[in-house]
Amino acid sequence: MENQAVGQVASERLRVHFPDHIQVADCYQCGKCTAGCPVAIHMDVAPNQVVRLAQLGEWEKALRSRAIWECVGCQTCSTRCPKEVDCAGVMDALREASLARGMAAHERLPVVSFQEIFLENIRRNGRLNELELIGRFKMDVLVHTGRILFLFKDAGLAPKLGKRKKLHLSSGKASDRGVVDRIFERCSNGRKR
Amino acid sequence: MNIGYYPGCALHGSSNDYEQSLRACLSALDVQLGEIKDWICCGATAAHSLNHKLSLALPARNLAVAERDGFKQLFAPCPLCSMQLLKVKRAVADERVRKELSEIVEADVRGESEVLNLIQLFENIGLERLKSAVKTPLESITAACYYGCLLTRPPDVVHFDDFEQPSSMESVVAALGAKTVEWNYKTECCGAGMTMSNEDIVLELAHKILSNAAEHGANCLVVACPMCHVNLDMKQAAVERRFGKKLGMVVYYLSDLVGLALGLSAEQLGINRHFVTKA
Repeated sequence: MENQAVGQVASERLRVHFPDHIQVADCYQCGKCTAGCPVAIHMDVAPNQVVRLAQLGEWEKALRSRAIWECVGCQTCSTRCPKEVDCAGVMDALREASLARGMAAHERLPVVSFQEIFLENIRRNGRLNELELIGRFKMDVLVHTGRILFLFKDAGLAPKLGKRKKLHLSSGKASDRGVVDRIFERCSNGRKR
Repeated sequence: MNIGYYPGCALHGSSNDYEQSLRACLSALDVQLGEIKDWICCGATAAHSLNHKLSLALPARNLAVAERDGFKQLFAPCPLCSMQLLKVKRAVADERVRKELSEIVEADVRGESEVLNLIQLFENIGLERLKSAVKTPLESITAACYYGCLLTRPPDVVHFDDFEQPSSMESVVAALGAKTVEWNYKTECCGAGMTMSNEDIVLELAHKILSNAAEHGANCLVVACPMCHVNLDMKQAAVERRFGKKLGMVVYYLSDLVGLALGLSAEQLGINRHFVTKA
């Protein structure tokens, strides 16, 4: 009994608060979200099961799932839900919480690291600097996974992009980067890796 | 016609062929684009995945700047940028949120300007006007119009066309004298921003889309999104290697087809800079 109570307290501490328009309790598990999801087949927990975990307050399982990082954000699930549960919004909120609590699934590190490096990049430049994004992303994956070959993956594309004038060594930065930095500061949610 | 223009990062980066195509085609139609001053990245998938507040604040700054400069209409050629701007408009209907966002972005976010995607821009110019401007009807083109995810989704944010069976792009293409096909993957996802971080998924989805278009008799795909173009055009060679079959499907931006029909050349529109070009 005591253990169960401790478990409940621990789980409560991980509770994810969804935006007001998301009522996970409305879901009656018809599975339409999963049926239309283009990447459900690659998920460890299907979209309807992710919503179920949220209904049950199984935050540990939801936040550590790979599924939330497989989701491509195409909005098909939310669009088709007969109960208007914004399943893609559930995924967004779980990703944000998973990262803030340091619980992001290690197997999906490239996706997590790509998103983080993307945000750091625009905080610094105001606009995306693609070459810097690619360079830092590849280094980060190398450091965390030791996959040296990953460094050279797609390297063959570089000359092809260059030939098509699609590679930009210097990007057009926003001139007022101070305001960008202040916006980031005001929106800070205490992310940690 | 002077319309506010938010290019977004892709069009000033590796999708600069899309911007070349837009500028050539719109200038031929006498539509001026007023690029909004000192625009910043909308945060894209990264912001809405990792930080909800930031995903509203970044596009809110751009919307506020466009409104301050008097643009009643704001054209965003990337559907993700456009959807993020529309999410801001929905959020600021709540006065409390509007005030908070205005403080965060140091500018008054009114949320009154109309946000347009590429198809809506052509609809505003007028399909009759397009028809009468056609110099070279595109008789050899049989196109599969591909909408991808965010032109029509989520419907309560974007309020555009039918989200399961859209047809607005077909209407534009038909005005140019080209044929279109009915097919199954009009609104399926191509994997979007996962191009680099989860390539397996992108190749699998792109393969389904490209093959389905070919099976239904299309000789090209038409898109209105820079990321769709990257996944279907730039990644097509990788798809062919992975699945061991030749696809050779040319992928046009919608503005490419309009430009060609207006008599512009492939070089003027940047079509020669695509990865898959006509043999």
